[in-house]
Amino acid sequence: MTESELRQTIVTLLCDIAPEIDPAQILPDVSFREQLDIDSMDFQNLMIALNKRTGVDVPERDYPKMTTLNGAVSYLLPRLPPT
Amino acid sequence: MSFEPICKPSGPASVPPNLVNYESARASFSWDAARRELDGLPDGAGLNIAHEAVERHATGRRRDHIALRWLGRKGSQRDITYAEFGELTSRFANGLAELGVKAGDAVYVLAGRIPELYVTALGALKHRCVFCPLFSAFGPEPIRSRLSIGQGRVLVTTEALYQRKVAPIRDSLPHLEHVLIVAETDPPSAVPGTHDFGRLLAGVPDRYQISPTRPEDPALLHFTSGTTGTPKGAMHVHEAVVAHHTTGKLALDLHPDDIFWCTADPGWVTGTSYGIIAPLTNGVTSIIDEGDFDAERWYRVIEQQRVNVWYSAPTAIRLMMKLGEDVVRQHDLSSLRFLASVGEPLNPEAVVWSHRAFGTPFHDNWWQTETGGIMIANFASMEVRPGSMGRPLPGIDAAIVRRAASGAIEVIQDDESGELALRPGWPSMFRGYFGQPERYASCFADGWYLTGDLARRDPDGYFWFVGRKDDVIKTSGHLIGPFEVESILLEHRAVAEAGVIGKPDPQAYEIVKAFVALKADFAPTDELRRELLGFARTRLGAAVAPKEIEFVPKLPKTRSGKIMRRLLKARELGLPEGDISTLEEN
Repeated sequence: MTESELRQTIVTLLCDIAPEIDPAQILPDVSFREQLDIDSMDFQNLMIALNKRTGVDVPERDYPKMTTLNGAVSYLLPRLPPT
Repeated sequence: MSFEPICKPSGPASVPPNLVNYESARASFSWDAARRELDGLPDGAGLNIAHEAVERHATGRRRDHIALRWLGRKGSQRDITYAEFGELTSRFANGLAELGVKAGDAVYVLAGRIPELYVTALGALKHRCVFCPLFSAFGPEPIRSRLSIGQGRVLVTTEALYQRKVAPIRDSLPHLEHVLIVAETDPPSAVPGTHDFGRLLAGVPDRYQISPTRPEDPALLHFTSGTTGTPKGAMHVHEAVVAHHTTGKLALDLHPDDIFWCTADPGWVTGTSYGIIAPLTNGVTSIIDEGDFDAERWYRVIEQQRVNVWYSAPTAIRLMMKLGEDVVRQHDLSSLRFLASVGEPLNPEAVVWSHRAFGTPFHDNWWQTETGGIMIANFASMEVRPGSMGRPLPGIDAAIVRRAASGAIEVIQDDESGELALRPGWPSMFRGYFGQPERYASCFADGWYLTGDLARRDPDGYFWFVGRKDDVIKTSGHLIGPFEVESILLEHRAVAEAGVIGKPDPQAYEIVKAFVALKADFAPTDELRRELLGFARTRLGAAVAPKEIEFVPKLPKTRSGKIMRRLLKARELGLPEGDISTLEEN
């Protein structure tokens, strides 16, 4: 998975949880919860969906690193299993 | 599995609890004596929450004590002393007067946990307005219905929330005269049809004399949900402060030099009764954290701010438990003296875990929007029975009852489940549902207030939560009425019928799940499911909208056409369907 594919995957999964989101409007460095109507349950669901799709197991401790789009990309990219 | 009671260490505590002996505290307690712990307005001019919470400290010995320590989302910190808070709230009261707002008018706030929210609450109470908080994660529809039912005349909000959620519905709110915007930019941008909060306050004096206030004058309006119909606005009066103050002292064990942190958002009743009022009347320093839940950051807040008393909620506690006690141990949390939890029953595993991780367990307590303050609690001085909500506060009579065939209320014996009921008469009892006297009346029978919660009492007098009597959904500490969600789903062109239930969830207790039957021309595609989800979220907001939508060919209904949510829930859980004699035939 390339960086841009990963970015696309995160956006797609986020929009599955909150379909009202316009992907073009997501600010990559602002936390999802601050800019979008995402609550803690939505965020948890995003983490579960990302784990399923990418195979990367994100421990709860690292959740704070996953709160923005850029943060999630840089966290997941080096941890992606080889394809 | 049963859990051993958690006993408290014997011997003298470094800070002796306010309630030392439960039985004798109950025996000697009277609400009249509790009233005398407050000052009342000077010259016998009555009782006003803002005077007890702010003014008496602002002009007294505690004037330089920090009332609020605000921790901004981006790492900033702002301390507000009682004296300064007195001035700010006086400015807001004067600002309301300048706008022509009168005593009894409803002042709403829709904002995150920003200092201006707290200024609005107490300033509005000084001016004898009715304060009503709205949860900032509500979508436009819950905001519209609550502003409209309570006839909100003033709304304090931020520019972003206004543009997103209020501007589109403003035309449907004829009572809403003044919108005050808390600026997020400097200089503030001009939003048509609104006033700037900061400018209004800058132009008025910082002294305000509270007019005579009767203890029974309305003060607070908190919305809650029933199974049917529109949200209910529970009204509380200024006298409620007697209960806020007393329960803060007895159930949360607040001492004057405590650093207290209530993590609840003031959009819900806990965040107002114990996030705003009780800590202030007790003269403590209250931590206000603008940011969202993040366990490790929370531990840092406790460590850095030396928090002594922490009032939180099961959803957060269960997430901390998931993260594990090793993470807790990496922080110096030795300042913590008393931990309490409310929102939904705290499972015994979480109680036992917290005892291990923090050295003191979370003490679950029970109350609801209508009761205005804590009614049943585990106390600092008493053993904790994990999973139990504890014992009734001094001044509170609770019982487990059932309605006999004659309509009379019978108290039932220990260890049997029934409805939790309270004897009316405590000061923070709600005085009505705004504009809905018949719904209010239906909460009382035979000299009892019927809570709608099912519980049991053990032979030692500890109460245990069993479930809800109605179909109201408990999720992440909030109550959500299925009808409010179903009504919005029904507005979508594809939806024929909708039934909404609380689906059990290990984190949030329940999540909102909707079952939807489509109109004939629509196919149950994933695309439509997403469209519906987005539709509901846009209208209701993430806090209220369903997390799951499932298409079904038709919904189970009674012969009179009522959706049988109980049956939907039983099917969801794979449980026996129970009495289905009223189910309509296919």
